[in-house]
Amino acid sequence: MPRLKAGQRHEVAFTLNGVAVRGEAEPRMLLTDFLRHVIGVTGTHVGCEHGVCGACTIRLDGVATRGCLLFAVQVAGRDVKTVEGLGGSDGRLSPLQEAFRRNHALQCGFCTAGILMSLDDFLEKNPSPTEPEVREVLSGHLCRCTGYTGIVRAALETAKGNADA
Amino acid sequence: MNEVAAELAREEAYTGRPLKRVEDAALLTGRGRFIDDLPSSAGTLHAAILRSPHAHAELVSIDAAEALKMAGVAAVITRKDVTALTRPFTVGVRQPMQHWCLAVDRVRYVGEPVAVVLARDRYLAEDALDAISVEYRPLPPVIDPERAARADAPLLHPDVGANVVSDRSFAYGDPEAAFAEAPHVVGTTIRYPRNSVTPIECFGMIADWRPDDGTYEITTHFQGPFALHPVMALALKVPGTKVRIRTPPDSGGSYGVKQGVVPYAVLMAVAARVAGRPVKWIEDRLEHLSAASSATNRVTRIEAAVAEDGRVTALRYDQLEDCGAYLKAPEPATLYRMHGTLTGAYQIPNLTVRNRVVLTNKTPTGLNRGFGGPQVYYALERLMHRIADELGLDRLEVIRRNLVPKEAMPYRAAAGSLYDSGDYAATVDLAIGEGRLVGLLARREKARKEGRLYGIGFAAVVEPSVSNMGYITTVLTAEEREKAGPKDGAVASATVALDPLGGVSVAVASTPQGQGHRTVLSQVVADVFGLRPEDVSVTVELDTARDAWSIAAGNYSSRFAAAVAGTAHLAAMRLRDRLAPIAAQRLNVPAEEIVFSGGKVAARSNPENSLSFHRLAGASHWSPGTLGDGVDPALRETAFWSPPELAAPDRGDVINSSAAYGFIFDMCGVEVDRDTGKVSIDRYVTAHDAGRLLNPALADGQVRGAFANAVGAAFYEEFAYGEDGRCLNGTFADYLVPTACEVPEPEILHMACPSPFTPLGAKGIGEGNCMSTPVCLANAVADALGVSDIDLPLSPAQVMALIEPNEPPPPHAAAVEAREPGRALSGEGTATIAATPDEIWRAILDPASLARLLPGCERLEAIDENTYAADVTVRVGPVTGRYTARVRLSELQPPHSLRLDGDGGGTLGTGSGTAWIVLQPADGSTRIEYRWEAEAGGKVAAVGGRMLESAARLLIRQMLQRLEVGAAPAAKRPWWRKHLPLGKGR
Ligand code: FES
Ligand code: FES
Repeated sequence: MPRLKAGQRHEVAFTLNGVAVRGEAEPRMLLTDFLRHVIGVTGTHVGCEHGVCGACTIRLDGVATRGCLLFAVQVAGRDVKTVEGLGGSDGRLSPLQEAFRRNHALQCGFCTAGILMSLDDFLEKNPSPTEPEVREVLSGHLCRCTGYTGIVRAALETAKGNADA
Repeated sequence: MNEVAAELAREEAYTGRPLKRVEDAALLTGRGRFIDDLPSSAGTLHAAILRSPHAHAELVSIDAAEALKMAGVAAVITRKDVTALTRPFTVGVRQPMQHWCLAVDRVRYVGEPVAVVLARDRYLAEDALDAISVEYRPLPPVIDPERAARADAPLLHPDVGANVVSDRSFAYGDPEAAFAEAPHVVGTTIRYPRNSVTPIECFGMIADWRPDDGTYEITTHFQGPFALHPVMALALKVPGTKVRIRTPPDSGGSYGVKQGVVPYAVLMAVAARVAGRPVKWIEDRLEHLSAASSATNRVTRIEAAVAEDGRVTALRYDQLEDCGAYLKAPEPATLYRMHGTLTGAYQIPNLTVRNRVVLTNKTPTGLNRGFGGPQVYYALERLMHRIADELGLDRLEVIRRNLVPKEAMPYRAAAGSLYDSGDYAATVDLAIGEGRLVGLLARREKARKEGRLYGIGFAAVVEPSVSNMGYITTVLTAEEREKAGPKDGAVASATVALDPLGGVSVAVASTPQGQGHRTVLSQVVADVFGLRPEDVSVTVELDTARDAWSIAAGNYSSRFAAAVAGTAHLAAMRLRDRLAPIAAQRLNVPAEEIVFSGGKVAARSNPENSLSFHRLAGASHWSPGTLGDGVDPALRETAFWSPPELAAPDRGDVINSSAAYGFIFDMCGVEVDRDTGKVSIDRYVTAHDAGRLLNPALADGQVRGAFANAVGAAFYEEFAYGEDGRCLNGTFADYLVPTACEVPEPEILHMACPSPFTPLGAKGIGEGNCMSTPVCLANAVADALGVSDIDLPLSPAQVMALIEPNEPPPPHAAAVEAREPGRALSGEGTATIAATPDEIWRAILDPASLARLLPGCERLEAIDENTYAADVTVRVGPVTGRYTARVRLSELQPPHSLRLDGDGGGTLGTGSGTAWIVLQPADGSTRIEYRWEAEAGGKVAAVGGRMLESAARLLIRQMLQRLEVGAAPAAKRPWWRKHLPLGKGR
């Protein structure tokens, strides 16, 4: 990795939702601020900036990761997926997003992007999870609106749908 | 109601169906438009706020010169700007209390704003905070409300002359006689903790000043009540028309909390004016947890006069409400919101109340889901269980015997609430029915037989909705109210408009924060016009300069379903009534013949005779000339509605505080782990009567959300303060919010007694479980443990203290505050150093070597004999902070013992510590015995509480290492590495 200078902007080139993008960031700039305010994709939210609430979760090289605990320069050359990359290119919702809608798994929607990204990763690796497993994964996220019921149901329903398909 | 009911019963009615939400498509794809997502104009400055590390101190001086020199910094706002451009906020009681948007003479809570840096970006703004030097003169703080109420307590507002800023007594019926005659008096004392439903999105806003017309424009997710709009205008010293508030399309939750943006809106408005540029401020989580807002903590003594059969004939409340450092409008509303409803779900004719409001050095309080309900019902519903226990009666039976009977509806409660509707007994039957209670009793019996701790709890709660704008004036005497002029009602507004192509749009002043108002309004209005919900577009962004609103506007007191949706219905009906004559003319039938259905407008007797809704709806745009005489165009209708039942408090302080009153009966079974104190919820049943449900799926969502919030309040959440007022939970790792693993799925049941007082028969539902669930769970835990005194939060440590009363109290949370003043961190230890006591003594007493001994010391300068000023850099976990410190050596017994004191402040907050050191000669070496105490405040205490102890021990270890290196003759060094026994912590 090249030596970076504090106070200086560096170019960060990476793949965002399958598309090559680049932007400039100081070494101390958080990935969340970079995505939201430099690149201009605001679907990834910030709820605590200390790694607890999970609102900022993205997938980095396929792994669900806290965006607020990464610096922008750390994603150089890597693959980032955010909530904007979940649906089909035709604007259709993914099965998980559809299940969220059907099950009223969101209210204010502020926590939602992070939860979708965690579940996107989790369901890919665990196609038929149990409810306790789903709850365990969700315990990395805080939602103040829904009481989690709809979210748990949406995840289980998606897994079932995938299995039936 | 009848016409409406008939209409809602129509086959194609969308109202009442659990439709999917129109809001979700954008939110699920990352296209929400929250405040921090909105574009801001070029040149917008970013604000960072410097906050007080002290709970109570005089503000001696602020010097921002260095900060202003820093790159990218445009301005620093301090007290001189706010005293020039604003005045203190209006206060809800007649007291000379000065609450400015920025500290002026004193700071009164940790986190109080002291200065604002405006810079090119947020990172630079935060950098510059460190360069502002503020001199404070600390004053003794007072944290505990009961202590604050005593005459000898430190005074927060000397002009007021006391910390108790309001003290009113009330009597309804003949409580004295009832207590005198009662065979039993049962009482309990409750200390309800501070907590908040912390939304996941923190506060945010963009403020601008238009010098040309003298207007402040502020875009923020303010949730109302818009009664605070005049409060902002008065503080900014401009007419209300010069404060334009706009809300973003989406808001990331509020639960009342975002009412708290008000002081910041004023502050950032001033900042924008001073800087001459737009200003954006986004709060961070530490700021939110330490200083945004909170529900009140309250000490309640409640007593009941009880007949032999368990019937309560009178209640006596003595409530001491802690509103924090300032009475921030609309406080003390938390205390008065439930005033008319203090007798709860019970037919209790006599009531006496003493209400005191006290100020302490804590964050000022404000709206929070449940708003006053959790505090009242915790006391009342604990009391009902205790009455049963003390009289040897069945708990559920005592509740039932006292419930307001259905025949009494509408029922005027002792203090004035007019309960509109309900069948409480039937709702209880619904909850316990189908074997639910029998099943619970069996589970308890089985668990107890097996030696497990299992308990059952109940709670019956009346849930008020649509607050009377006048209830808060109950805090004033009748004479004071007369002078101020009457306040009453709860005006809701809605506008329905038709566009040239016949599209229908709806705008309301309801500022939702995730409840799905757009969905529900599209259902309600579609039904009026015989359209589909997708034919109706709804905007909920509010612009005070253009939209219809009133002081009651906003998203609070569960007013949406009961008031706002009904008002939209009224506006749509009016528009329909204007369309009908136009249609009648075109179809050549009388207007009464016209029906709206299936996207068409037709003659009732001959449905073939019809025209499309869109064509009719566009007519007033395209051809107003053809409407004919006496027929008005139909373009747009705005309806205002206020429940006529909401009168101002009368001379006897009788107040109907809300328009509609729902009912909830909760029942649960919990199991307590004897070894860990962990409580698991085995079963939870919650039965609601919220009248007519407009969208049952969304209503259940509200119940689940409030239930989850209540689980947090019951078991985890408390804003804990050190005895010096420092914030102990500045992160979500310290302020614990329940996750999917802690929140079970409650069984939700519905009973529908429509309200005769609201346009659609709906009553509120969104806050009830915040009122009923904490006490229901506590009642169950009390039952499991067989204890009678029980306070929240029921953390494992607190529960263990109830299981094993002789164990020492838990070290955290409330217990920290309750302890006698002492320091949070302490330890002791010994070390052997290869130098003589004389050598060590010299090393400590010589300033040059002392500077080398102190870890991170960059400068040490003698300011007095044995007193030094020092600059030190200290590391706690991942963060490093610079402190300016005073170091003092005293109690010198050369070369035997001494005491070292240090205290200082800096970017991470404040810190102080004392070490007592004894040197014993040991065989050419020296054995050092030491004891230390330390404490920290400000940022480091709030976010790093868990790391402080290890950081302190690391510092000591480094000091001892340096001591040896510094004191020992060169030849003897350095074998300490393997020979330094570390001090044992406490
Ligand atoms: S913002 Fe990253 S975990 Fe909360
Ligand atoms: S939907 Fe609002 S926080 Fe989860």
